[in-house]
Amino acid sequence: MTVESTAGARKAPGAAKKAAARGSTKTSGSTKTRGARAARNAPAKPEIVQLLTPEGKRVSHPEYSIDLTSDELRGLYRDMVLTRRFDGEAAALQRQGELGLWASLLGQEAAQIGSGRALRDDDYVFPTYREHGVAWCRGVDPLNLCGMFRGVNHGGWDPNQNNFHLYTIVIGSQTLHATGYAMGVQKDGADSAVIAYFGDGASSQGDVNEAFTFAAVYNAPVIFFCQNNQWAISEPTDRQTRVPLYQRAGGFGFPGVRVDGNDVLAVMAVTRAALEHVRSGNGPMLIEAFTYRMGAHTTSDDPTRYRHDSDLAAWRLKDPITRLRTHLTDLDAADQAFFDAVEKESDALAKRVREGVRSMPDPGAMEMFEHIYADGHALVDEERAAFAEYQSSFVDSEGH
Amino acid sequence: MTAMPIVKAINASLRTALENDPKVVIMGEDVGKLGGVFRVTDGLQKDFGDDRVIDTPLAESGIIGTAIGLALRGYRPVAEIQFDGFIFPAFDQIVTQLAKMHARSLGKVKLPVVVRVPYGGGIGAVEHHSESPEAYFAHTAGLKVVTPANSADAYWMLQQAIQSDDPVLFFEPKARYYDKGEVNADAIPDPLHAARVVAEGSDLTIATYGPLVKVALEAATAAAEDGHSVEVVDLRSLSPLDFDTLQASVERTGRLVVAHEAPVFLGLGAEIAARITERCFYHLQSPVLRVGGFHAPYPPSRLEDEYLPDLDRVLDAVDRALAY
Repeated sequence: MTVESTAGARKAPGAAKKAAARGSTKTSGSTKTRGARAARNAPAKPEIVQLLTPEGKRVSHPEYSIDLTSDELRGLYRDMVLTRRFDGEAAALQRQGELGLWASLLGQEAAQIGSGRALRDDDYVFPTYREHGVAWCRGVDPLNLCGMFRGVNHGGWDPNQNNFHLYTIVIGSQTLHATGYAMGVQKDGADSAVIAYFGDGASSQGDVNEAFTFAAVYNAPVIFFCQNNQWAISEPTDRQTRVPLYQRAGGFGFPGVRVDGNDVLAVMAVTRAALEHVRSGNGPMLIEAFTYRMGAHTTSDDPTRYRHDSDLAAWRLKDPITRLRTHLTDLDAADQAFFDAVEKESDALAKRVREGVRSMPDPGAMEMFEHIYADGHALVDEERAAFAEYQSSFVDSEGH
Repeated sequence: MTAMPIVKAINASLRTALENDPKVVIMGEDVGKLGGVFRVTDGLQKDFGDDRVIDTPLAESGIIGTAIGLALRGYRPVAEIQFDGFIFPAFDQIVTQLAKMHARSLGKVKLPVVVRVPYGGGIGAVEHHSESPEAYFAHTAGLKVVTPANSADAYWMLQQAIQSDDPVLFFEPKARYYDKGEVNADAIPDPLHAARVVAEGSDLTIATYGPLVKVALEAATAAAEDGHSVEVVDLRSLSPLDFDTLQASVERTGRLVVAHEAPVFLGLGAEIAARITERCFYHLQSPVLRVGGFHAPYPPSRLEDEYLPDLDRVLDAVDRALAY
C-alpha cells in the first residue's frame, strides 16, 4: 500500500515535466491533479494508454494522440504481418532442424513495430534476443537474425550499419550498454535517442536497476522499453514485482508510462512522446508495453506445464494485427487487394528466409580462432597453428 | 539399486535432502512449477510447497546473495543457476561474500550453500549455454568445487555437498543428464573429495572429470585395441583436488594426459600438470599433456564438435605422450 502510494506520488513530477516539454500547460495541470489524487487514494489504479481498442475502435487519450495517414497505417499493418510471418517461418525452421532454437515474438508485434517505427535513423537500438520486429524496422535483414539461432555465429551483423546492436542473451545487460551509449550521445551534443529493450523478467536484474540509476543520475537520453509479456519462461510477472513495472521509474526519478502493447498506434504515440522527452534533455523515460507472449519462451520451452489455455484465449482477442485490420477496413483505408498483396509479400519473405536459412553455410573450423582480439594474440596464433596441423593429420592419414 | 539418468538422480537426491532436513530449501529460476528447464527439480514444489522450492526473481546475484542470508539464518539453501553462462552476475556474491565469510568471522559463520550449475557443451545451444567456468571457482579459496560424472555420484555427491558446512559449487555435466546409471541409495559413498580410478591401466593415465569421463573411457578402450593400457581417473572433486590418488596412478603409469572442456590456458590441467610434475618428476616418462578448449570464446554450436575435446583429440594426446 505504502509502496504504491509513493510510486503514484513520484510519478507526478515526471509526467508533469513531460507534458511541459510538449508545451501543454493544460495537460500538465490535469496530470498533477491526478497524481495527487492517486497519492491520496492509494492504491493507484494502473493506467494504460490505448488508442485502438481490441475490437479495433479508435479512442482518444488525454495525454497521447497520433494522427497517421492511410499510407502510414497500411505500413504498420504490413510491418506487423511480415514480421509475424518471418517469425512463424523461423519457428518452423527450428522444428525442421534448420535452426537450433528460436525465440518467437508472437503477440508482441505491435509493441515492436510501434516503437521501432517511431525511431529516427540516427537513434540507436539495444535489443534483447526477441526484437525481430524492431530489427525489421531498422532494415536488418531477417536472415542476419537467424545466424545465431542456427548456430553459425553469435550475431555477426555490424551494429552500426542499422544502429541496431547485437542481440543480448544474458538478460538485462544491454540496458547498461544503452545507457553508456546515451551518455556518449549526450557528451557529443547530439539529439539522437537510445532505446533499450528488455522484459519483465530482466527488470529484476541488478544491471537493469543500475542502468536506471546511471541514466537518471546522468540525465541520459535513453528510453527503457519494457515489453511486459507476462512471462519469464515459467514465472509470471508477480514473481518479479509487486508494483506495476512502469511505476519503478518513479523511484529512480524519471517518468514511466504503461501502454497497451498490442495497440500499435498507442505504442507509437507513447514512443514518439518519449523520444521527444529524451531528445529535449529531460533525461530517461520508461515505457512498459503491456502485452503477452503468445508462444513458448523459446522452442525449448513447454508452456503447457505452467499456464492455462484460458489466458491465451483471452489474449488472442487482443491480437494486434486483427485490431489494426479492423480499423483499416472501418476507415476504408485498405481494401481486399491490399490485404492480399501483403499476404503475397509475406509468402515471398517466408520463402526467402526458408531458402536463405537452408543454404546458410556452416563456418569453417578455423574460424573459431578469428576475431578474438583486435590486435592479435600469441596464444591464439599458437593454438590456431596447432589445430591446423592436427586437422591436416586426418587428411594425411585418411587420404582425403 | 535403481537405474536412472543423472537428471533423475539429482532430483532424487534433492528429494531425499528435503525429506531429511527441514532446513534445506531449493531456489532458482523456474525450479518450481516448471521443474527447472532440465526438469531437475520436477515435482519437488508440488510435494514440498513453494516455501521450500522457491521460484526466484530473475537475478542471479539476488539468488546467491539471499541464499547467503538464508544460510546465515540457519537454512541450507541449494541454489540453481540455470546455465553456466548465467553465473557471472552472481560472481561477486560467490567470490567476495560466499567464499570469505567463514574466514572473516574467524570460523564463527558457516555458509552451507550449494550452488548447482548445469555446465559444459555439446547440446547445440546458443551463446552462454555451453561454458565450463569451474576454474574461476576452484581458483577461489573458501569454495569447494565438485562435479559428478555418473548417476550414483550425482546422487551421493549432492547429498554430501548439502551436508557440507562449506559452500560447494556443484557442476552438473548437462550433456550427460540423460545417461543412465545405477544408484544405490543404501550404499556407503566414497568421500566427496576423493578421486576415483574408473579404468585401470599401466601405460598412461588420463585425468578428467564431468562430461569427459565418458570420452576418456572410450579413449581407453580404443587405446587398448592398439595395445596401450590406459588408466582413467575421474577427479570428481576439483577443489580440493585429490592429488594422492592421481600421484599413485602416475607413479604406476609414468604418463599423464589431463582432459577438460574448459580452456586449457590456466585451466585445471595447468595446476595438475605443475603439481604432478613436482610430485612425480622421476616417474614421468613424458611431459604432462593437456587436452581442452581453446583460447577462444565458446563457438557457435555448428562448430562445437571441433572445439570440444573428443575421442580423436584425447587419443591424439595419448599417442603424443606415448611417443616420448
